[in-house]
Amino acid sequence: MTLLGAHRTARTPLDRVPVGAKLAGLALLGIAVVATRGVPASLALLGLAVVTAAVAALPPRPTARGMLPVLVTAVLAGAYQAWARGWGPAVEVVADLLTLVLAAAVVTATTPADRLLDALARAARPLRRVGVPPDLVALAVALVLRTVPEIARTVHEVRDAARARGAERDPRVWLTPAVLRLVGRARDLGEALAARGIVD
Amino acid sequence: MIELDGAVVTAYAPGETRRGAERVVTLLGPVTATLTERRVAVVGANGSGKSTLARLLNGLTLPSAGAVRVDGLDTARDGAAVRRRVGFLFTDPDAQVVMPTPVEDVALSLRRLGVPARERDARAREALARVGLESRADLPVRALSGGQRQLLALAAVLATEPAVLVCDEPTTLLDLRWRRVVDALLADLPQQVVQVTHDLDAAARADRVLVVDGGLVVHDGAPGPALEAYRALMAVDDAAEVVTPARGRHTGVTTSRAEDDLA
Repeated sequence: MTLLGAHRTARTPLDRVPVGAKLAGLALLGIAVVATRGVPASLALLGLAVVTAAVAALPPRPTARGMLPVLVTAVLAGAYQAWARGWGPAVEVVADLLTLVLAAAVVTATTPADRLLDALARAARPLRRVGVPPDLVALAVALVLRTVPEIARTVHEVRDAARARGAERDPRVWLTPAVLRLVGRARDLGEALAARGIVD
Repeated sequence: MIELDGAVVTAYAPGETRRGAERVVTLLGPVTATLTERRVAVVGANGSGKSTLARLLNGLTLPSAGAVRVDGLDTARDGAAVRRRVGFLFTDPDAQVVMPTPVEDVALSLRRLGVPARERDARAREALARVGLESRADLPVRALSGGQRQLLALAAVLATEPAVLVCDEPTTLLDLRWRRVVDALLADLPQQVVQVTHDLDAAARADRVLVVDGGLVVHDGAPGPALEAYRALMAVDDAAEVVTPARGRHTGVTTSRAEDDLA
C-alpha cells in the first residue's frame, strides 16, 4: 500500500534497501531538482523517478490516479509559469513536482509505515533537546503523507455529490463542503489519536 | 472501577451571547455513579449526552465540575495513565484507524506501549488473529468492509490490553451479521465493557443499564426496569403526526446506583 493509495504486493530489490538509504536518496534527489536548471535536466530527473517507480513495480494505473491531484496542481503552476516566464520554466516546474511526488511514492510504497515511522523518529531524535518528542514528529510526517489520498478522495466524493445535484460547475458548491469535511476529519483523527493515548 | 462524582460537562453555545459573554450550556450532569459491573450499557436518545458520558471515562472530555476516576486515577490529573487503562472504540472505524494497513495500525498501538520493533509485527498479527483478521493483515484498510474495519479498530484497542473498554455505539454502522460478530467478541472479553448503544438486545445482556436523557442519568439499574423506562421515554406523542418524543422529566437530582432500584 503506498501512501498515494496504490496497493502493491510485489517485493522488489527496492523493498530490501534500508529505509535510511531511501530517505537519503529522496533528499539527494530533492537537492538535485532544486540545484539543476534547464528542461533537459528536469526531464532526465523525471525519467529517473519513472524508472525507479518501474523497478519498484508501482502499479501504473492506481499510481497515476493517486497522482492526479498533484498533476492538476503542477499544470496550474506550469500554466502560470508559461504565462509569466515562458514554456521552458513551465515544463521545469511540472517535471520537478512530478519527480518529487513520484519519488516520495516509491519510498512509501517500498517501506512499511511502521519502519518509516522508526526511521523518521530516529532522524528527529536531536529535536528532543528542544523539547519536541521525536515519535510525534514522525507520526505527524506519516499522517501528512497519508492525508494526500484522503484529500483527493474527499474532493472526489463531494464533487460527485454536487454532480448528482447538477451543480458541479460552481466550485463553491463542492469546495466549501470539501473543506468543512476535511477539517472535521482532521478533528476526528486528532480525537482518535488522543483516545488511543498516542499523543500522551 | 469507574467513579463519576458529580461530573458535569459544559460547553460554550457558539454565536449566542448575553451581555457580550458567551452562554454556557450544560451538556451532561451532574452524574454520580460507581460502575463496577463487567458489562454496563448506556442508552438514550440522539443528543441526550450518552456519548459525552462515554468520553468522560477515558478523559477525551474532561468534567468542568466534579470528577471522574478510573481505579482511583483522576481523568483530569492522570489523563495518560487513564488512557492506558481505558480503551475507546468509536462508532466510525474510519475515524480511529490511521495507518494504511491493518498490521501497521495495530503496530502503532504497540509503539505506544514501547514494544520493541522486532516484536511489533508478530504481536500485531496475533492481535488481528484474535478478531479473525489474520488473512487481511496486509491489505489496504480501504479494501476491508465496514465490519472488518470495526474489528480492526477493536484489535488496535485490545492490543494495548486495557482494563476497561468503552464503546460508543460500536455496531450502529454495521449490518446484522457484523453486528453479531462484534457483539460476540465484546461478550467474550475479560475486560469491563461500557457500551453506549441503541441496540436494546445488546443492552438487555448487560449487568447494568444507565438511561440518559437531557444530559442526566434518569434511570440506573438492572436491564429489565431500565429498558422499560427507556421505552417509555422514547414513546412518541402521536405516531401519525410529526414524531415528537415524549421527553423525560428531569428533577435535576442525580441518580446513582445506590439511589436507584436494582431489583
